[in-house]
Amino acid sequence: MTPSAQVAQYFITGITIGCIYALVAIGFNIIFNATGIINLAQGEFVMLGAMTMLLFSNFHLPLIIAFLLSTAAVGVLGAIFQRLIIDPLRNEGMAVLVFVTLGVSILLSGLAMFIWGKDSYRLPVMLAVKPFSFLGASLHSQSLVVMGVTLSVVALLTLFFEKTLAGQAIKACSINQMAARLVGISPRRMVLFSFVLSAAIGAIAGMVIAPITMMEYDRGPMLCLKGFAAAVLGGLGSSAGAVLAGFMIGIFESFSAGYISSSYKDAVALIVLLIMLFWRPRGILGSSEEREV
Amino acid sequence: MPIFILATFVAAFPLLVGSNYYRSVMVFAGIHAMVAIGLALLLVYAGQISLGHGAFFGIGAYASGILSVKFGVNPWLALVVGVVMVVVVAYGIGRPSLKLSGHYLAMATLGFGWLAHIFFNEQIGLTDGPSGLTGIPNLTLWRFKLDTDLDYYLLVWFVFFIFLSLSLNITQSRVGRALRSIHDDEIASKSLGVDTAKYKIQIFVLSAVFASVAGSLYAHYLTFISPSDVRIYFSIKLVVMVVIGGMTNLWGALIGAAVLTILPEVLTIFEDYDILIFGGILVLMMIFMPKGLGAKIVFLERLYPSHTKKRYS
Repeated sequence: MTPSAQVAQYFITGITIGCIYALVAIGFNIIFNATGIINLAQGEFVMLGAMTMLLFSNFHLPLIIAFLLSTAAVGVLGAIFQRLIIDPLRNEGMAVLVFVTLGVSILLSGLAMFIWGKDSYRLPVMLAVKPFSFLGASLHSQSLVVMGVTLSVVALLTLFFEKTLAGQAIKACSINQMAARLVGISPRRMVLFSFVLSAAIGAIAGMVIAPITMMEYDRGPMLCLKGFAAAVLGGLGSSAGAVLAGFMIGIFESFSAGYISSSYKDAVALIVLLIMLFWRPRGILGSSEEREV
Repeated sequence: MPIFILATFVAAFPLLVGSNYYRSVMVFAGIHAMVAIGLALLLVYAGQISLGHGAFFGIGAYASGILSVKFGVNPWLALVVGVVMVVVVAYGIGRPSLKLSGHYLAMATLGFGWLAHIFFNEQIGLTDGPSGLTGIPNLTLWRFKLDTDLDYYLLVWFVFFIFLSLSLNITQSRVGRALRSIHDDEIASKSLGVDTAKYKIQIFVLSAVFASVAGSLYAHYLTFISPSDVRIYFSIKLVVMVVIGGMTNLWGALIGAAVLTILPEVLTIFEDYDILIFGGILVLMMIFMPKGLGAKIVFLERLYPSHTKKRYS
């Protein structure tokens, strides 16, 4: 492989995995905007998306049906999570919310281990196209699926938040809950909705990436950290930032795996995360205003 | 007073229980309790979350292991070198981290803990990688080699009592009051002239040192350390100990450490599913008793106020 083809290859790999980080980051943003909570169980939604898809694929359902069913199943899980656990604790301090989302994260990966064991699973690819060459690099058909799905999710979300009443209502709640309540929006319902949306987006990310990276019960926390790195790099709450930052982290990761060492590729996103948190917690695109007392 | 009851119990335990298995469980309980006390200082008194203390435990354990196995350094000296390294790392990571709060702090410490784990896994030249470092020598005291469960039982609980009395002293001092004021309202305490940043970093470093010493003792007791001993679930387990002990005082952390060490031994059917249990415990605690098991005791005290002293906390 020529050096330029190699660069193209790393680039494609980086964008593909970056799409997943972007989707996880968007999931963080949706819940963060609605509640101010960082959901530490976000990575488990991704893992469970892939795992439930595996479950449904045993029934030989058409791909699209299995995809929609898994998305819905994890979305319902998000709703249960919000109603059963987050909602009763909404007036508690931040520490309790950190611990409870952490607890749910461990609980869900424990449950996944209980059901699926410790094995890694690979989902079948979703497009029956042979890998083809692009700028000298080989482009896996599933990479196309990942990119296509990510773009669609981002486009649909933008439409949803800008053009629909429900989307506007969620946005209103995140800007000013009291004012939203005054015009007849129920913030509690919007929070519920944001958990469902966030869980579903996580599940989609899991389903599209599992044919490439495989999936196992304990993948959640690392996806959560890397997605959070993307969310912070892009400025928490900003979807455009999340996508850009997700791509950046994916590309950093694949280039450092290629040129430095593949064993330290996970370290890259973590270092980016620490640098951003220590240096500019508001992100590269975020405003620099300080928290007021 | 409670410290004497505890000391009596700890002293009596090996006389009453001859089984090496139970003594060994108690050694692990003591090691966990050491870390939990430090974490409780940080969490309960300074109100700061750390999901990365497994890393400090790991640095202590690996410093002891690597120095004594690969460089032939005296184990006690290795332990001290581990502590020095942890002080430097904890200061370097704590200084910027503690400016953060809530979820940001949780994520920063989690990320740090994971970085340390990757380092232990991948620096194969130093750490022998995922298969773990074997042949770590036992500690010696003068000419006596500490190589039985009873030796380590006594050593670990002796160190624990030093840490506990140190911690209790801190909580009852000016520093302790300053810490509690940070926990209750950092901005208010800042405005009263409390140097919140200084106290937070001091407690963070101190709790990291407790974890480091515990890690060193662990390595010399087991004569083995591997990255999976200090994976991210270990850090979380340590935090769960403090949380289930009730985030009200240091004693809760001791109970939490004992419960979470003994429980998996008793419930051997769950061997592999311990993360399911920890997750479940953490979620249920947060929903039903966000103040921990200690809250129940406070509740009892309210029912029978005459039996208890007035609480100031």
